[in-house]
Amino acid sequence: MTHSSTVARVAQGDAPAHLVLSVSRLCKQYGAFVAVADISFAVQRHEILGIVGPNGAGKTTTINMILGVLAPTSGSITIEGYDVRAERQRALAHANFAAVYAPLPGNLTVEQNLRIYGLLYGVAHLKRRIEALLETFDLGRFRRVKCGTLSSGEQTRVQLAKAFLNEPSLLLLDEPTASLDPSAAHDVRERIQQYAATNDVGVLWTSHNMREVEETCHRALFLSHGRILLEGDPKQLPREHGQQSLDDLFIAVAREPVSGEPR
Amino acid sequence: MTTFSWRRAGSVVLRQAYLIRGSLARVLPLFAWVATDMILWGFLTRYLNGVTRSAMDFVPTLLGAVLLWDFFARVMQGVTTAFLEDVWSRNFLNLFASPLSIPEYVAGLVASSIMTSAIGLVVMIALASGIFGLSFFSYGLLLFPFLLTLFVFGIAMGVVASAIVLWFGPASEWFVWPIPAVIAPFAGVFYPVSTLPRWMQAVAFLLPPASVFESMRRIIAGDAVSVGALAWSGGLALIYLLLGTWVFARVHRHAVRVGLIARYSAETVS
Repeated sequence: MTHSSTVARVAQGDAPAHLVLSVSRLCKQYGAFVAVADISFAVQRHEILGIVGPNGAGKTTTINMILGVLAPTSGSITIEGYDVRAERQRALAHANFAAVYAPLPGNLTVEQNLRIYGLLYGVAHLKRRIEALLETFDLGRFRRVKCGTLSSGEQTRVQLAKAFLNEPSLLLLDEPTASLDPSAAHDVRERIQQYAATNDVGVLWTSHNMREVEETCHRALFLSHGRILLEGDPKQLPREHGQQSLDDLFIAVAREPVSGEPR
Repeated sequence: MTTFSWRRAGSVVLRQAYLIRGSLARVLPLFAWVATDMILWGFLTRYLNGVTRSAMDFVPTLLGAVLLWDFFARVMQGVTTAFLEDVWSRNFLNLFASPLSIPEYVAGLVASSIMTSAIGLVVMIALASGIFGLSFFSYGLLLFPFLLTLFVFGIAMGVVASAIVLWFGPASEWFVWPIPAVIAPFAGVFYPVSTLPRWMQAVAFLLPPASVFESMRRIIAGDAVSVGALAWSGGLALIYLLLGTWVFARVHRHAVRVGLIARYSAETVS
């Protein structure tokens, strides 16, 4: 995985070079139920895009479609210019994710899990990379500990280490700080901000912590009933919509009845 | 375009090796049940050789048949057990959200099965020949096509069984374990296929192991083995393998379409 190959590909006209992720007119329907309704958005390089919304809004469904584990009913997704459906392997080689609902196998040690996922993602100099991540996420003392015996916060750090293994252009984080104490959550936010700032990468972040979204994300999408209702700078959005805080805006949006066209 | 990476397929084998290395509960079944079978059937054949006045030697017919059948079952279970490890550890999302392709995953399961079933085969051969005097010279060079056919068919059944579990959810693993026991009566493991009623013989005709065991008995009886029958069983096993892989890929595609991978433990298909 090199950025030069990506740039070459993008130069052929597949996707604008500044976009890491491009989602276009994405829909997911289960029979009559519409989980995601015709949404479009993109993640730029150096950008952290937050997706917020009430439970069942379609956040995880969207992430699953981006990860290629759920087929969209219609629409397209490209990661680094590669279509997730047509060029799944190439697209996913540029992405990685961490989610509270996807812990790594608890019957393998931290080091074993990282080695296996390093091989799956084709990581070069894997041993060195694992050592660096063990240090970065303060997991050195747990390297030979089975993941299932770790606390939920420690498991989250292992998942984050796995998510960083291939230095992904697109990092998908579904509530990455949900199980972390405030200090660890702060460290993780700083690390991800630094990763996005110093690399040609983009981050897609979901969270129910509005302060976190305000502090971390450059842009936020409000998703409800599978539609994007609002989009903008999380620091400006509350004022623009006559609310005191992002929390207030969240509550107002979440209680809004389903109506109107998606934005 | 999908590319095949042995490194990615190898990671599935490495995972299995890590699990086996650190777990007595996984090491023992690799040889304990097949060793028990060898001892049980070994003494039974010794007893039968003593009480019957016929010139028939039960060691190569019965004990050899048990050995070959256990080999088939171990190959099949080698595939399904490696697959079930991902079910039990709820690992599908992490696995299938990576660049791992289905051919790579299936190749990894097959290689894991080679690793685990080889251990069982070595233990069985050591016990059957060391304690009960089973000589593989009695089968001649045809032992290799026998083993190869049973191996390919075992892999095919393992892949199909994994597809069943992927489709129906974690609880359906109980469909998987009895598969060898369901096939055995049709395959004529211990008796000639001609013993069976016509409809069962028709089923046996479509089962590769049936030709293997028929041929095995013919060799021991000193009769000529039909090369055509062996080629049929080998070809059939290959067709089942291709069909099994196709079924698994189709089930995986269905699972991605309906969201089964992402919420696998919910068992939404029933």
